[in-house]
Amino acid sequence: MEKTLDTFKVGEKGIIVAVNGEGVIRRRLFDMGVTPGANVVLRKKAPLGDPIEVTIRNYELTLRKTEAKNVVLKIVEGGE
Amino acid sequence: MIKVALAGNPNCGKTTLFNGLTGSTAHVGNWPGVTVDKREGVYKKGSEEVNVVDLPGIYSLSPYTPEEIISRNFIIDEKPDCVINLVDATNLERNLYLTTQLLEMDVPVVVALNMMDVLEKNRDVININLLSKNLGVPVVPISALKEDNLKELMEVVIEQSKSKRAGSSILLNTSVGEVIKKVKTALDNDGLENSLFHAIKLVEDDSIEKGMHPKEYNIVREEKGSIKDPTFGNDFEAIIADSRYKYIQNHYSIALKKHKEETVDKKTGKKVIVNETISDKIDKVLTNRVFGLIIFVVILFFVFHFTFGEDLFYLNAMGAFNGVDYTMAAGTPWEGIIFSSGTGIQSPGVFLQTCLVGFTDWITELVGSGLDSAGAANWAQALVCDGLLAGVFSVLSFLPQILLLFLFFSILEDTGYMARVAFILDRIFRRFGVSGRAFMPMIMGFGCSVPAMTNTRTLATEKERIATVRVIPFFSCSAKLPILTACAGAIITLFGFSNADVITLGMYFTGIIVAIIAILIMRNTTLRGETPPFIMELPAYHWPKFSSLMLHVWDKCKHFIKKAFTIILISNIIIWFLQSFTPSWQYIEYADGEFLGEFTTNDSILANIGKIIQPLFTPLGFGSQLGSYGWVFAVGAITGLIAKENVIATFSMLGAALSASGAVDPSTLPAGIEAIEGAGDVGLMIAATGINVWGVISFIVFNMTTIPCFAAVATAKAELKKGTLKNTIFFWLITSYIAASAFYLIGTWWWCVFIYLAVAGIAIVTIHFVNKNIDKKTKVLNA
Repeated sequence: MEKTLDTFKVGEKGIIVAVNGEGVIRRRLFDMGVTPGANVVLRKKAPLGDPIEVTIRNYELTLRKTEAKNVVLKIVEGGE
Repeated sequence: MIKVALAGNPNCGKTTLFNGLTGSTAHVGNWPGVTVDKREGVYKKGSEEVNVVDLPGIYSLSPYTPEEIISRNFIIDEKPDCVINLVDATNLERNLYLTTQLLEMDVPVVVALNMMDVLEKNRDVININLLSKNLGVPVVPISALKEDNLKELMEVVIEQSKSKRAGSSILLNTSVGEVIKKVKTALDNDGLENSLFHAIKLVEDDSIEKGMHPKEYNIVREEKGSIKDPTFGNDFEAIIADSRYKYIQNHYSIALKKHKEETVDKKTGKKVIVNETISDKIDKVLTNRVFGLIIFVVILFFVFHFTFGEDLFYLNAMGAFNGVDYTMAAGTPWEGIIFSSGTGIQSPGVFLQTCLVGFTDWITELVGSGLDSAGAANWAQALVCDGLLAGVFSVLSFLPQILLLFLFFSILEDTGYMARVAFILDRIFRRFGVSGRAFMPMIMGFGCSVPAMTNTRTLATEKERIATVRVIPFFSCSAKLPILTACAGAIITLFGFSNADVITLGMYFTGIIVAIIAILIMRNTTLRGETPPFIMELPAYHWPKFSSLMLHVWDKCKHFIKKAFTIILISNIIIWFLQSFTPSWQYIEYADGEFLGEFTTNDSILANIGKIIQPLFTPLGFGSQLGSYGWVFAVGAITGLIAKENVIATFSMLGAALSASGAVDPSTLPAGIEAIEGAGDVGLMIAATGINVWGVISFIVFNMTTIPCFAAVATAKAELKKGTLKNTIFFWLITSYIAASAFYLIGTWWWCVFIYLAVAGIAIVTIHFVNKNIDKKTKVLNA
């Protein structure tokens, strides 16, 4: 099943399929390692529900939901 | 001398390494992006001296942020002999992404693998030889924090600096490899250096390169039609970013062997890999969805309470000393140094302040009696004691609290908590057009604008920084508190208001509201732009290093003392002269609360200047309508520009002057007004001028929102781009004028509220339509 990162629940895992959007934000996501094939775990949401924190490429990245909307992932069941 | 550039991701320990190599006192913080400009230092411990340039932390060499542009321009234009690429060994994949781009430039590169000590602690292993072989450049494992292996690193760097290296790329075997080669050949024919780097950036659609090499970019445009990648089509930027990470995973990451701890899950009986670090555990509490905000507020409260609290354990507030009358060291300059039954046990901040004030009072007294016995003239004594020492010492008295506040915030920053605060608060701040990162500098403003403005360096975009620096003074600093308490005290006794706290708190909130409105307006007009993206790394928590903390504080301390003895000293001398002499250079003799000669302060140059500018404040309620003594408020506002503590200090001098000259009779003031610090002086001003209550409130608002003190203006000048300061000062003047006049006019004539609402409405509509028009035009231009 595929869905965008902003709809993930805490603890959900996925593999990036595509990164949409354009310009600065897309390039910034690429530069931070958000590229197809990378594993992503949604770690937590901020107290007000936004932004979100994910583990990607072995580090913690935070981004807003509007930015996360551009990231499409394939859900990984169960995890490790 | 060999010139070496230090490049690497934000927060990978670059500045720590820089300090370790050069022994400099550059600023270090645990927040991605603390270094904004490049800094230089000399490494002297090796076989040769090396000039080390610390570049800003970057994730990539894209053309989108000023840091990235500074870094790439430096390597291309300044041609360093070697680049040290600092790589965080605990975060290998993302750090090596920048490495793949640096390797494309024609410069020798040495990879310094940092945080090896942390890696060992996690029992992970990196095969250095394999990594070095696959990268094609030397790799040296180091620990910047423990200063391990730095000498070895620098010997390799010195050796590499003597050689030349042509750029190499991992992209040549990918689907865009042929295009890159073609563009590179075209650039080579033009005799361009760093042709591989430029070629790859052109293929990436890099906006800077496109403008520089339009002819070669045509090759890229032609090839776009012929290449079709199975996943990305002809999106070259995506293909390149993806290829880099894929290559890193397949060729570099294999050098890393991660240690895995296994435990047996009780429920399922299966083996589970434990990956939760201490950082994760701390984070679970500090950024908890329910308690995160509360914990943050509590931490903030303690920071301010330890710095500014007079009643540390609330013993006095709880009524622990009813009937007890005790003041420690009463009658000495150190009166109540740790404890007095009047206030309770002092916080460390107030304690240190009392110590310093005791010490400076002692010096003033010593100097005064010294001058006296040396037979110095009356005016010379007054100049030294009242003009020089009193002014400088009154500013210095805030030093302990500023340093303590700065220390606490440094600890929060170094541990990595500040980045989490941004994470918690971003949602709220985004509405006003700034990111969550802007919160820290703003809240620091309640302590002192100077460290607060310095803290804006962590903000992502220039526009966000300018907007934040401009509104920081509206978060009423500790030096403005005396204005608030004195005026509020006078208002409750003279105008029959019931509660002083309501006025004080109300004024604090007014400052915050003005700040919010100002940011909203700026972000929609002069500083218009997208809300900066918030794609940020959250660094792992770690204990701050003591020596690094002390470096921060010492840096700040030096800076502040230097300012106190230069700008503030000079301005104090000027003010003293202006208030001690008449326009015909007659000295106004004043001692022990009485004027000895025929002149009073009312005849001083300062008073005359005050009288000239007095009409300017008429719409604010403390101008021409106040009659012949109304200039006192104008003068108070002017002296406040040097230091806000001056406002009430000026009133106390002027109060004595007005009483002595018979303008006002202190005995007519209600009894009890003297109990509130400074309220008696403000009371005299009110009685002498007949100002109304809204005029006084407007005066507070004006002081809170106008140009801040000298020290803050100087900091703003240092922190902002050249040429921005003029507009910033203009902005402060306009804001304070509008805010203060609104209070006076609406308070005095309630129907004025309609005028203000109408003007605000017209302004909002105008801004909206103008922006819509601009958007339309840019859309047409882009299409």
